[in-house]
Amino acid sequence: MNIHTIADHLNSLADNSDTGMSFDCQPISGEVDVLQISISDREELPIFVSVTEDQIICISYLWGAEEVKPECIHAMHESMLEMNIPMPLSSFSKIGDKYVVFGALSISSSFADVEHELAVLSNNAIEVIDDMSDYLL
Amino acid sequence: MSIFKKIMTAIRGGASEAGEAIIDANATRIFEQEIRDAENHLTKAKRDLTGVMAEQMSAKREVDRLTREVTEHEGYATQALEKGDETLALAVAEKIATLEGTLADQQQAHDSFSGNAERLKELVKRSERQVAEHKRQLSMVKTTESVQKATSAITDNFSSSNSKLLSAKDSLERIKAKQQKFDDKMKAGELLESENSDSSLQAQLKAAGIGSQDNSANSVLERLKAKQK
Repeated sequence: MNIHTIADHLNSLADNSDTGMSFDCQPISGEVDVLQISISDREELPIFVSVTEDQIICISYLWGAEEVKPECIHAMHESMLEMNIPMPLSSFSKIGDKYVVFGALSISSSFADVEHELAVLSNNAIEVIDDMSDYLL
Repeated sequence: MSIFKKIMTAIRGGASEAGEAIIDANATRIFEQEIRDAENHLTKAKRDLTGVMAEQMSAKREVDRLTREVTEHEGYATQALEKGDETLALAVAEKIATLEGTLADQQQAHDSFSGNAERLKELVKRSERQVAEHKRQLSMVKTTESVQKATSAITDNFSSSNSKLLSAKDSLERIKAKQQKFDDKMKAGELLESENSDSSLQAQLKAAGIGSQDNSANSVLERLKAKQK
């Protein structure tokens, strides 16, 4: 399992995905290979996938720290911690000054697991932004 | 300091800047080598354990065999005594004494193998736990680094393609607008569909002679005739 086999699989699905979503994959080269996955009609919120020795990590960037109303940051953190368990498959994190929602899968996961993870992550990201938009500028 | 704490300190301290490693690459390599060494020891310990357990089993078989033989010869000695053959009984007793000597030796060997096996099993278990723990720690370091490198690759990609990252709210609005457009299209499609089925119903009614009918030449003539009267 690497980003290229994942890309091949997702691209070959075309309109036949089990999740009703169509994926477009674009590898980004760098020191670590990253796969940028756009879901049709949700291109603004791409998912970035990288594969390490033991896990597949899927990340969706939510918002920057500068987008948070300064007086709301504490309440927002509380909400995120409280929502971490109820939110299916995904968790919150922060990379640099960006808040993210992410999911990590075992390297031995099936393609169907990866596809399911991406669909759930995308839904979570959209819902989280919608529900937490009161905290944002 | 635990790896967890190290990573936390490094991130808080601003080592999250791209290119700056959480733990220097050399230390990571040494750690990886230590894990490999530990795994090699583990493999060897498991092999040793298999050997010791095999010897333990063979010693056990020998102990069982000797025990049986002692019992058997005790029976012979008793029978010889019953027949009053003291000499034969003595010979058998000597044999029993030898057997018992060997049995004691084998029992001792068996006990020592058992002890060794237990110690090795404990060692293997402890090493397995340790290797798993080291691997978990290494995975934490590597994942942190990988995510940082991935982030810098993503950031570079964005800045080179000149595409500006939208704010979360703007992104959401656009996605919602697209979803709305899609929903509207679906609704329009449904509406069109139902209108089509309306017109087909009209056609059916007309065919059945129900509802308004086309003005035929006959009906025009009828109307004119009526006016003349």
